[in-house]
Amino acid sequence: MTTSAKTETLSWSCEQGIIELELHRAPANEIGSQTLEDLEGFVKALDELKIEAAALIIHSSIAAGFCAGADLRELYHTGKTMGEHDRITGVREFLNRIHAVLNVIDETPLTTIAAVHGTTFGGGFELALACDLIIADKMTRFCFPELRLGLIPGFGGIPRLKRDLGNAVVRDLLLTGRSMNATKAAQVGLVSQLVGEGKALVAARSTARQILKFDRGTSAAAKRFVKPIPHAELREEIDIFCDLFSRPAVDAGLRKFVESEDPYPYLP
Amino acid sequence: MADTQQIIDEIQKLAAEHFKVAPDHVAPDDDFFQKLGIDSLQALELLTRLENHFNIELPDYEMQGVVDFRTLADRISQRM
Repeated sequence: MTTSAKTETLSWSCEQGIIELELHRAPANEIGSQTLEDLEGFVKALDELKIEAAALIIHSSIAAGFCAGADLRELYHTGKTMGEHDRITGVREFLNRIHAVLNVIDETPLTTIAAVHGTTFGGGFELALACDLIIADKMTRFCFPELRLGLIPGFGGIPRLKRDLGNAVVRDLLLTGRSMNATKAAQVGLVSQLVGEGKALVAARSTARQILKFDRGTSAAAKRFVKPIPHAELREEIDIFCDLFSRPAVDAGLRKFVESEDPYPYLP
Repeated sequence: MADTQQIIDEIQKLAAEHFKVAPDHVAPDDDFFQKLGIDSLQALELLTRLENHFNIELPDYEMQGVVDFRTLADRISQRM
């Protein structure tokens, strides 16, 4: 069995019952077609890895943060080469594929931990939300900036955040597009452990070692009981996203982002 | 409530520490993007530092158009 691998955008290893998935695509782990392909390779490998492991940690070795979300530049430039119908079809296919990846991570019998720092925006936030626990260093910021583009989050963010938190918090993040620091995120229950700068991975490893002490079947049964996957809402989210994506406002929003010289292009 | 000059001093001190420049490298009316050579994601790091230091929330839309320490201090003082 392969216990480690390295691709263009990520690497993973499995040692002593703990799988670590490291994101390492500069500048900020934006999720484009290559990252998606690499994530698909990882979840395929997870089929075998999970037999030997009890915990999965997802983290980033990029200084800017955990993940800045979807690769909007790729989305914009790829879309420009396509007709309207193909553009929508392509987006739907991408969403179906990333949802399939995140659903595997969400429902794996492993206990999963997102060890996050810095920018944890959009699709990056959604990747963290697929995990069972979020351990954040105090410099982390969470954000759903999608409304700025005329879109909603498309990688399962709303249904998963609704599953975990009160709807008022979801509306705050979604409808204002503001980012939330880790201290506030811990106060509202999103972050399970708040740690010092650069300490998220250390804390995640310590937590994973605790998880190793438990019977894996019991942990998996407990997880199935408390963490149902909101499949119907996830499918609905894709439909809403694709409906919105066909509107001219989205093209204008993407162009504004890609061509912007604004000092705050990541801010709505 | 702290006065604006005190807030400016604290912001400059935090920014200098975070971006590893000498404290006297920055002045209240400096464009901190240019002076510190930072991008938008690094500006968010400064925002997080400020929120943690002043124990406030400063939504990032309050930062739109803000490029100098004096205006930033004004936005912070409105939240304290």
